[in-house]
Amino acid sequence: MKTSKYLKVTALTAVLAVGAPTAASAEALTLCWAAWDPANALVELSKDFEQQSGIEMGFEFVPWPNFADRMLNELNSGGKLCDLLIGDSQWIGGAAENGNYVKLNDFFEAEGITMDDFIPATVTGYAEWPKNTPNYWALPAYADVVGWTYRKDWFSRPELQTEFKGKYGYDLGEPESLAQLKDIAEFFQGRDIDGKTVYGAAIYTERGSEGITMGVTNALYNYGFEYQNPDKPYEIEGFVNSAGAVEGLEFYKELYDVGAPPGSSNWYMSEDIDAYKSGQVALQMNFAFIWPGVNADPNVGGDRTGYFANPPGPKGHFAQLGGQGISVVANTDNMDGALAYIKWFAQPEIQARWTEMGGASAMRAVVEAPGFSDAQPYNQAFLNSMAIVKDFWAEPAYASLLLPMQDRVHKYVIAGQGTAKEALDGLVADWTEVFEDEGLIK
Amino acid sequence: MSMKKPVDRIAKATPPAFANRVRALSDRAIAWLFVGPSIVLLLAVNIFPLIWTINLSFTNFKANRLRDAEYIGLRNYERILTDVDTWQSMQATAHFLFWTIFFQVLIGFALAYLINKKFKGNDLWTTIIVLPMMLSPAVVGNFWTFLYQPQIGLFNYVIEFFSGVDASSFSMIGSVTLAPWAIVIVDTWMWTPFVMLICLAGLRSIPDSIYEAAECDRASKWRQFWTLTVPMVLPFLMLAVLFRGIENFKMFDLVVQLTGGGPGNTTLLTSIDLKREAFEKWRTGYASAYAVILFVTVFGLASIYVKALNKVKER
Repeated sequence: MKTSKYLKVTALTAVLAVGAPTAASAEALTLCWAAWDPANALVELSKDFEQQSGIEMGFEFVPWPNFADRMLNELNSGGKLCDLLIGDSQWIGGAAENGNYVKLNDFFEAEGITMDDFIPATVTGYAEWPKNTPNYWALPAYADVVGWTYRKDWFSRPELQTEFKGKYGYDLGEPESLAQLKDIAEFFQGRDIDGKTVYGAAIYTERGSEGITMGVTNALYNYGFEYQNPDKPYEIEGFVNSAGAVEGLEFYKELYDVGAPPGSSNWYMSEDIDAYKSGQVALQMNFAFIWPGVNADPNVGGDRTGYFANPPGPKGHFAQLGGQGISVVANTDNMDGALAYIKWFAQPEIQARWTEMGGASAMRAVVEAPGFSDAQPYNQAFLNSMAIVKDFWAEPAYASLLLPMQDRVHKYVIAGQGTAKEALDGLVADWTEVFEDEGLIK
Repeated sequence: MSMKKPVDRIAKATPPAFANRVRALSDRAIAWLFVGPSIVLLLAVNIFPLIWTINLSFTNFKANRLRDAEYIGLRNYERILTDVDTWQSMQATAHFLFWTIFFQVLIGFALAYLINKKFKGNDLWTTIIVLPMMLSPAVVGNFWTFLYQPQIGLFNYVIEFFSGVDASSFSMIGSVTLAPWAIVIVDTWMWTPFVMLICLAGLRSIPDSIYEAAECDRASKWRQFWTLTVPMVLPFLMLAVLFRGIENFKMFDLVVQLTGGGPGNTTLLTSIDLKREAFEKWRTGYASAYAVILFVTVFGLASIYVKALNKVKER
């Protein structure tokens, strides 16, 4: 009898012990994002929210190469891991239509949060679905865009300047066009600098996720590529594979052939950073989130690096949009807490601190504040870049659109198989099939 | 006081009702009682998913979408079998399978033959040789990407040292012609020890008396090798080929880490292609049809092979 009594007490204690964290979890939130520097800054920033609200913040950060796979699986399986998700801009269509995100219009209205306070491109890119309609599924959280860094210290060497001018007929400096950018990359390719062989440009070539698409679009847009007929949605023949688009793709291949380091056939953000910081390349294509880290780097930071927006091409001036919005996951058990976090995060003073701590606010009050453009050596390039952004498809079937583009472009640019025209014609066929499957075209 | 036998104790401990019930069952019923749970498990885990996959393969179902699936007949099969990219990935898989098995059997058997000879440090060498297969494929893939780096990679420097070809002038995983061989080299490096161990088991199972008899008959070493060693190790070798064939047909992690399927689609093996269709593009119906085609292919090939293996064993 005595033993049985003890067992009952022990079991009750165990139940209470297991139950205790469950009870506490009602006052806890889990925020999911990619594992990168800004995420660490957000952990620090969120301590203020914890103090104010008494809600404990937990974080689930996934490395970039697995981020989409992991998080989309989580959403699709109706998981409860995340209460808040800072998801990629391209997920918004699927997450909205599949009911994975909470629509925030009523909440924004009730709390006086207006999208007019944010950079318009980020609202369209990170928050709206369908695009260009006032239906909001996220609050712009992290403004990002593809831009370039270059070795200012190498560019300023008199002997290199003289040689460059003699060869190309203009001064070595920030390129004014994509054609000039290629010249510079070619000029530095295989060059001996301080006894070390260096190369032209670290560009995006990664095949497995989204890398080469995020890179090549910076050339395609500026040579005339369009996702669709602006007057007739989903009509892509002659837009995706226009003569300009073909030229843009040929340009990217040439840039890879004449200016990219050997072995850079599968590079994305981290490989580009490594190549630049280790002094292997003169130019680096990368999202602007890396710029604070480059600026602080003991080897290449400070005056040794300059920053510029993606240069224009013959038919336009655009740059690939990056960045994310923060959404409330529809499956959350702590809806009030999640919305309270969004409300707290949308405050101008929090947004200002977010930028100071290493984030990148999309709030106009922050980026348009006097002195912002000079506060950091890369801020002006960031503003210039954010003014010219364009984004990939954000359709629910975005992954089905992204992967054929990865395949087609990688095959042509890196493997050198076929022609640019064949690659883009193939892409038109692939995308048409996807649109047919989705019932978007007959 | 008499000591009871253990069996009597167990018999006595069995509840009478259960014992009576069991006694009333036929041998066949008891057999079903034992086999039943396994069959239920097999049906739930293998057969039902297979039937469900076949069913899905005739639909346009997408696991990440809320809309209902529609039956589209053989459309998925038609698309897959007429898709040039699918055939390319089949070719890439065939290339990978053939050459990895070829090199692994050749080198694995040679190593086993050497290790089988008694020499000093035999055990130490065996341990060193089997080390690669103890590593995680993801780790192996990752560090070989560094070894293959044109600027800092050891592999390129070794090639430069022996051939005089500039290390930074070629990229093993970035070149269309070299990448298929790059994955063959890594898989061979990693899994040859496995084949070696199986061959070693085969070699050690041959009784010394057979060789002694051959010596008495004045058979040369070469003849002993071809008429005794090879035929007696052959069933083991064929088993190794079967294991490696099945493993490499579903190869995924190592190649994803090394090349991600690139450059282009050069190293896009069917398993990687299937995973992308199923869990990246979320074309569940299409991916199911793809899986069925692969299943039929592997099942057909494996059946033919197992028949051949049984014939060899019977000899």
